[in-house]
Amino acid sequence: MPDLKEIQEEIIAEFQMFDDWMQRYEYLIDLGKSLPLIAEEHKLDENIIKGCQSRVWLHAEGEKAAVHFRADSDAILTKGLIALLIRVFDGQPAEAISGANLYFLDEIGLKEHLSPTRANGLLSMVKQMKFYALALQAN
Amino acid sequence: MIKESVQAFPISKVRQDFPILHQEVYGKPLVYFDNAASSQKPKVVIDAISDYYNQINSNIHRGVHFLSQQATDAYEAARETIRKHLNAEKSHEIIYTKGTTDGINLVASSLGQGLIKSGDEILVSQLEHHSNIVPWQMLCERSGAVLKVIPINERGELIQAEFEKLLSAKTKLLAVNHISNAMGTINPIKEMIQKAHEYGAWVLIDGAQSVPHMAVDVQDLDADFYTFSGHKLFGPTGVGVLYGKEKLLEMMPPYQGGGEMIAEVSFEKTTYAGLPHKFEAGTPNIAGGIVLAKAIDYVNQIGLDAIGAYENELLHYGTQRLKSQFPDLRIIGEAENKASVISFLLGDIHPYDVGVILDKLGVAVRTGHHCAQPIMQHYGINGTIRASFAFYNTKSEIDQMIDALDRAHNMLA
Repeated sequence: MPDLKEIQEEIIAEFQMFDDWMQRYEYLIDLGKSLPLIAEEHKLDENIIKGCQSRVWLHAEGEKAAVHFRADSDAILTKGLIALLIRVFDGQPAEAISGANLYFLDEIGLKEHLSPTRANGLLSMVKQMKFYALALQAN
Repeated sequence: MIKESVQAFPISKVRQDFPILHQEVYGKPLVYFDNAASSQKPKVVIDAISDYYNQINSNIHRGVHFLSQQATDAYEAARETIRKHLNAEKSHEIIYTKGTTDGINLVASSLGQGLIKSGDEILVSQLEHHSNIVPWQMLCERSGAVLKVIPINERGELIQAEFEKLLSAKTKLLAVNHISNAMGTINPIKEMIQKAHEYGAWVLIDGAQSVPHMAVDVQDLDADFYTFSGHKLFGPTGVGVLYGKEKLLEMMPPYQGGGEMIAEVSFEKTTYAGLPHKFEAGTPNIAGGIVLAKAIDYVNQIGLDAIGAYENELLHYGTQRLKSQFPDLRIIGEAENKASVISFLLGDIHPYDVGVILDKLGVAVRTGHHCAQPIMQHYGINGTIRASFAFYNTKSEIDQMIDALDRAHNMLA
């Protein structure tokens, strides 16, 4: 399985094909539409991360060697970004996740979506993913 | 009559007064439709800020020196400008605050020191901004008073019959907004104040959204408190106004302690200053107060009646264009009496997604619950897209928003 850095490089290469923001956003929207939804049983209030703008559901499971994430959002652009974040994190070892540097968002020009002022729940979701990985490491 | 004043509205001259409007964002001409959140500033206001710091900056009310007297005179002259603008009877009924939220908290905190007691009732409405809900909830928690809520109908108007049913001898305070920030509903506050007074209740009006759009006469309204923010009235952030009737302000204990608000201090006993200083502890936002008066002068030069008529035309044009362009568009809040705010949903597309695409196309709108979650709960939605117009906006900007919405619709639907 490719590591965190390799997956991020892959995504950066894919986004280089796009000429402008429209194409990047259209790709995000497509990704959002294709993201496997979180199972209804996991779409619980306790799994909800409330942003002021959009809401995110996150379910994590697995073990130290490989952590698995499923997530969803009520906004499609947020969901597209979740798809990218899950592609990077899903199945990775806990240690790699908790210490991850998500530089690819900056490279593909979507860093602003992870800003606290966006209040879309994404930044909290990443924190939650890292926190989960950290908890697994301590076990 | 109104038509003539609209045709005569000096829009191109007005736009020249606002430097920030003449820029591109992401290579597109900026369309600023987030005026209900904060308005832009005319050059006279921006210049007045640097004039203050370049020429007369000094602490007020205490210094005997030249600059201190200049700054004090300007600050108190500004208070008088604000008094005149609201038609308050006395200038010491004008209390400088940090903004609307601060004004409401001042009243809630002060009334909570024995003037509102356990068993008293406080009436708010479902239309309120969180800042006109939470301070009263906190007061209720502290005092044992009970919060009651005036419901709204499907058009987003307060149901007056329900309001009258909620009034009783227990009602101590009615706190409602003049105009809803989330939907633009203009409330019949003069009639509501009169009815509340029949039961001996005090009335606080949140005027944050009204002062930029209409003339307000606190004596004609007979409001006990009226509060607003400078930054929504084309002035700076961090300054606002609380108007209160002298009789009430005299009766109320101070909100914060410190310098400026005292007459004499000793460890045995401190006596408080008179109005308005009793409620103005600490060095205030001096530049803010002075410059707010410049913003008020600017608005009065154009005329609030002309502004209101022009904005009304923008509201109707925008509403018609949105409705005819997008059959799946739903307007949230269609009050008969409405300010230049359009809250809407585009099909079942999430407002956040629309807001992000519009931003990329140069159009600044607000998305989300607009700090008014009880309204969203009423309609069973999580938020809306809100376009709010000021007198420097134009019909062609509305056209640019429609084009941007069209692209967002195609991408997201």
